[in-house]
Amino acid sequence: MKIAVLVKEVPDTWGDRAIDPVTKRVDRGGDMVIDEINEKAVEAALLVKEAHSGSDVTVVTMGPKSALDAIRKSLAMGADRGIHIIDDGLRGSDAVQTSAALAAALKGRDFDLVIAGNESTDGRTAAVPAMLAERLGVAQLTFLRTLAVSGDTVTGERVTPDGHVDVRATLPALVSVTEQIAEARYPNFRGILSAKKKPVEVLAIADLALAAGDTGGDNAWSVVADVTARPARTGGTIITDDGTGGTQLAEFLASAKLI
Amino acid sequence: MSHVLVLVEVANGALDSSTPELLAAAAVLGDPAAVLVTEPGEADAFVVELGELGAAVVFTASLAGVDSMLVTPQVAALHAAVTASGDVRAVIVGNSPDGREAGARLAIRIDGAYQGDVVGIEADNASGGVAVTQQAFGGSYTVTAGTGRGIPVISLRPHSIDGRAPAAAGIVTEIDIAGDTTACAEISATHEQKQASERPSLQGADIVVSGGRGLGSKEKFVLVEQLADSLGAAVGASRAAVDAGYCDHNLQVGQTGVTVSPNLYIALGISGAIQHRAGMQSAKTIIAINKDPDSPIFEVADFGVVGDLFTVVPQLIDAVNARRG
Ligand SMILES: Cc1cc2nc3c(=O)[nH]c(=O)nc-3n(C[C@H](O)[C@H](O)[C@H](O)COP(=O)(O)OP(=O)(O)OC[C@H]3O[C@@H](n4cnc5c(N)ncnc54)[C@H](O)[C@@H]3O)c2cc1C
Ligand SMILES: Nc1ncnc2c1ncn2[C@@H]1O[C@H](COP(=O)(O)O)[C@@H](O)[C@H]1O
Repeated sequence: MKIAVLVKEVPDTWGDRAIDPVTKRVDRGGDMVIDEINEKAVEAALLVKEAHSGSDVTVVTMGPKSALDAIRKSLAMGADRGIHIIDDGLRGSDAVQTSAALAAALKGRDFDLVIAGNESTDGRTAAVPAMLAERLGVAQLTFLRTLAVSGDTVTGERVTPDGHVDVRATLPALVSVTEQIAEARYPNFRGILSAKKKPVEVLAIADLALAAGDTGGDNAWSVVADVTARPARTGGTIITDDGTGGTQLAEFLASAKLI
Repeated sequence: MSHVLVLVEVANGALDSSTPELLAAAAVLGDPAAVLVTEPGEADAFVVELGELGAAVVFTASLAGVDSMLVTPQVAALHAAVTASGDVRAVIVGNSPDGREAGARLAIRIDGAYQGDVVGIEADNASGGVAVTQQAFGGSYTVTAGTGRGIPVISLRPHSIDGRAPAAAGIVTEIDIAGDTTACAEISATHEQKQASERPSLQGADIVVSGGRGLGSKEKFVLVEQLADSLGAAVGASRAAVDAGYCDHNLQVGQTGVTVSPNLYIALGISGAIQHRAGMQSAKTIIAINKDPDSPIFEVADFGVVGDLFTVVPQLIDAVNARRG
């Protein structure tokens, strides 16, 4: 089985994340890491690979030079090869444009299964997977918390606002996973060493045959007009419970007309 | 006036609770036009109600088997409605996975723009366009965005728009999606959680009481529910509480869970990790009870009690009930 996993480099959620007031884009100057949900997507791919001998896992990312680290980390976990889409002309892409570039890179490679995260921690649009299914013309099984492949059928549980639904489709298909899917394995020493030797194909706009007038922030479908930072919260009253903490809290709530 | 399409979601024989607000949002921009996808013969039941909620037009698409098809019939119906209308200013969908994904796919199909998790919509009458407001990084930033190209497809976060659309004619136009051959996943079974109580839903609740790892067990997590019920609040949780199995995962508040901005947020036994704060820091008033005075949750709390939640919370519940009389 040929599997592609889509991984994205994002600002570390443990750090102070910012939007650059001038470019109005995510500030990529701080610590960048592979999004946790994408480590889980790689894990899901490796579990499918281990259950189906002869499988091959390709990690695909679109992002600047530093995004190569996200590919290497995935290769160290056990993925077999990488595709790095990198081009200055792609800067500031919106979800429509990102999905176009990813679709162009995936098309014609006969992947049976494409696995993404359900939602990135920086963009949080949760749109790229559905857009990709649309562009690739394959069935989408998204927001899955479980995933199984048997023969040419893929099944899983899709999380819904009030429970879940069982979904199934015939391969080829696009899957997105939620954070309940699996804990990601840690790369071992051998994995880290071998990751350096695994092939990574580099693709630019010209290789993807994207029209120059359609790429990058200047040509985006969605345009950010204005960004304002919310003033930081200031701390309030902190008391130490002396046996009347609950009562004092109730008094605070009452004086603020909250109860 | 131009049409503003609204994808209507139906479950268990009723319109989804998002419907009135989606139609109200559409009325801000133009003539609301509902798009309804049902099994054959089931559309009629909803048409009158959609008119009362503001739909000038109801585009109905019916097809045997749609209830077991994932997302693609809705995309086909929206596409057909865009064509049938001929003059669409924007398309609005709900924030559920189904709504968002139908919207995202539609944007590609009609070469439109996609703007997700929107909390405000305005007509930009100078340009004839639409300006939306979104939040980034858990409400740390407010972003306004416009459309560079194409029709905007917008997913709306619940409780973003005040007011309701005036009632309208609800004139039915049937659209045909039988010819749609898009590859599609099949829904083979639906599992709904038993609604444990009459509690309000997390996303729109006025008050949210959340519990963290400090609750210690699923059994003791009941204390969170007891406080919530005494306040008429929704129940939330940290990821650590969800991972430990104290409660269901769709109660998770934070970076990778639900974003809430209630009037009052009460955090019990939650340390206040940055990813948790990303989902609740825009609450109007924040209360924290935690036995560790150095917990970061106290940095964002308007009122905090350093103490054992198992003594403070029962006392609080008694005090609340006493005030209620
Ligand atoms: C990519 C990513 C996404 C994430 N998304 C989310 C998310 O959406 N939501 C989320 O919540 N987390 C999220 N996290 C996890 C987050 O980093 C924290 O691990 C989590 O929020 C901790 O939950 P907690 O505060 O319940 O547990 P802990 O950090 O273990 O805190 C428990 C607290 O309970 C207190 N306590 C213990 N006993 C008592 C008692 N008897 N009385 C009073 N206080 C007591 C302790 O002092 C402690 O402060 C995410 C992490 C990552 C990396
Ligand atoms: N630039 C990118 N490169 C590779 N994959 C991406 C990129 N952007 C989004 N994705 C994939 O789409 C998922 C959902 O992202 P989003 O739609 O941005 O919330 C991510 O978890 C990735 O799997």
